[in-house]
Amino acid sequence: MAEKIATREAYGNALAELGSKYNNLVVLDADLAAATKTGVFKKKFPERFFDCGIAENNMFGVAAGLATTGKIPFASTFAMFAAGRSFDQIRNSIGYPHLNVKIGATHAGITVGEDGATHQCNEDIALMRTIPGMVIINPSDAVEARCAVEEAIKHNGPVYMRFGRLAVSVINDNPSYKFELGKGILLEDGNDITIVATGIMVEQALLAREMLAAEGISAAVVNIHTIKPLDTQLLIACAQQTGAMVVSEEHSIIGGLGSAVCEALSGVCPIPIVRHGVEDVFGKSAPAKELLEYFNLNAKGIVEKAKIALSMKH
Amino acid sequence: MNNDKILELKKIATDIRIGAIEAVHSAKSGHPGGALSCADILACLYFSELKIDPENPENPERDRFVLSKGHSCPALYSAMALRGYFDLEELKKFRHLGSVVQGHPDMKAIRGIDMSAGSLGQGFSCACGMALAGKIDKKDYRVYSIIGDGESQEGQIWEAIMFAAHYKLDNLCLIIDNNGLQIDGKVKDVMNTMPYASKLKAFGWNVISIDGHSIEQILDALSTAKTVKGKPTVIVAKTIKGKGVSFMEDQAGWHGKAPNDDEYAQAINELTEYKNSL
Repeated sequence: MAEKIATREAYGNALAELGSKYNNLVVLDADLAAATKTGVFKKKFPERFFDCGIAENNMFGVAAGLATTGKIPFASTFAMFAAGRSFDQIRNSIGYPHLNVKIGATHAGITVGEDGATHQCNEDIALMRTIPGMVIINPSDAVEARCAVEEAIKHNGPVYMRFGRLAVSVINDNPSYKFELGKGILLEDGNDITIVATGIMVEQALLAREMLAAEGISAAVVNIHTIKPLDTQLLIACAQQTGAMVVSEEHSIIGGLGSAVCEALSGVCPIPIVRHGVEDVFGKSAPAKELLEYFNLNAKGIVEKAKIALSMKH
Repeated sequence: MNNDKILELKKIATDIRIGAIEAVHSAKSGHPGGALSCADILACLYFSELKIDPENPENPERDRFVLSKGHSCPALYSAMALRGYFDLEELKKFRHLGSVVQGHPDMKAIRGIDMSAGSLGQGFSCACGMALAGKIDKKDYRVYSIIGDGESQEGQIWEAIMFAAHYKLDNLCLIIDNNGLQIDGKVKDVMNTMPYASKLKAFGWNVISIDGHSIEQILDALSTAKTVKGKPTVIVAKTIKGKGVSFMEDQAGWHGKAPNDDEYAQAINELTEYKNSL
């Protein structure tokens, strides 16, 4: 089995790699450099790394100020303390003036694991999605995470990047892989249903496709790495072709990709869409893999939701 | 000090107050009290201290200013219009649909506003980021920011105060508009934030306490701040909320209320008479 790597690792490595290419890249952290992996950048570029201490709200303000001078600041902390604690700062100091700040939010979702509900942010996509002009990227593996960082640098404006703590499979390590900001990737074609997935659920979507195929059901699989702006065109095409959808994410079923897909399709191509994610509950303490099973965030869970969507299809 | 310059700045400060009152009156909403309390400081910044050019507002070498207490923007807009950033007539469109003079400062609407601000506690952190960038790039520009004393109840202000001292941002000058009042009453009754001098000193700052309506003292303090190395400077400016309009002075009720037509006429009359007496 291939080596697994957490997207946060890829994030730290990408910053350290791209720091040489982009001299105006600076990195801020809030006493979590060892965990967010910005420490990799700090080691290589100590003069461009600034620890802000456990004071996230100030950190995002400092990032905004840096951006006004032409710096490209990456501000990192856990998703909970970025999107959660600092929503007002991100909205008013970064989003409203559309400043070129990149938010590297790690430890998103329940795969934080043992630290439990206080640190498991299942709401960040919902929160960030409401900010006009905010780009949201949720990479599915290390390859995509690295691309996300460079595309975020190239994009002029605020970007929220969502990374995970858990080591996950590398699924995009192939020559045909291409990351385009705002474009979904049709990984597998199918006729009966479309599985739309983001982040670590993309791998599970591919497994679910095989399980459905064994039962004679043909499922398309779409990887949505950019949640905002959403690739509505691709989603409409898939909706028209398959007539049913399941949307899978390691996030609350309220306000995340599932909601975004429903919003995008309800007015133009209404089909049965079933959301698969964390139901309206808080997380729990346990090893990440146990939590994924507990919350049914796996291929089996996708298959169950797919069958509900199929049952509603005309 | 040059007496002509002081007289000139006193007149400008009065013009800033007149413009601020006109803006709030035309909007029938806004915040006159805190605008009037920081007018003398803004006059000294925009007409003496800041190395800025309205013709080239994005010059990377320019000094920066962040009005963290963004609700006092009627005075900021007035100062900027007088300095030539935009037409004075625009002040009468304050808070009107489609105008650039938004209810709180919008850097996207007016070139020359260095930071959008209004959600209290935030602008000052952004000023710290600008000062940090100056240090990284070894630039000579300075960064100034005004916060309110009520605003200092926001925890983020103290996060930024720690940050600025930690990174030795001696190119940063914080000015506290210490008018002692906030919406619900006296700052010391609502949630006491004073004393500032000993607190800021303990946080590692150079502290200068002044009368925030004395042009001489403001200019002196700004000048001294530039000579202090290795730590940021805070100017604790004791001010009077509503300064310059008799019935608004030291009244919390005038924090966020527009004058009616009679009150407007009286306010403009008082300010004009004062200016003529100078």
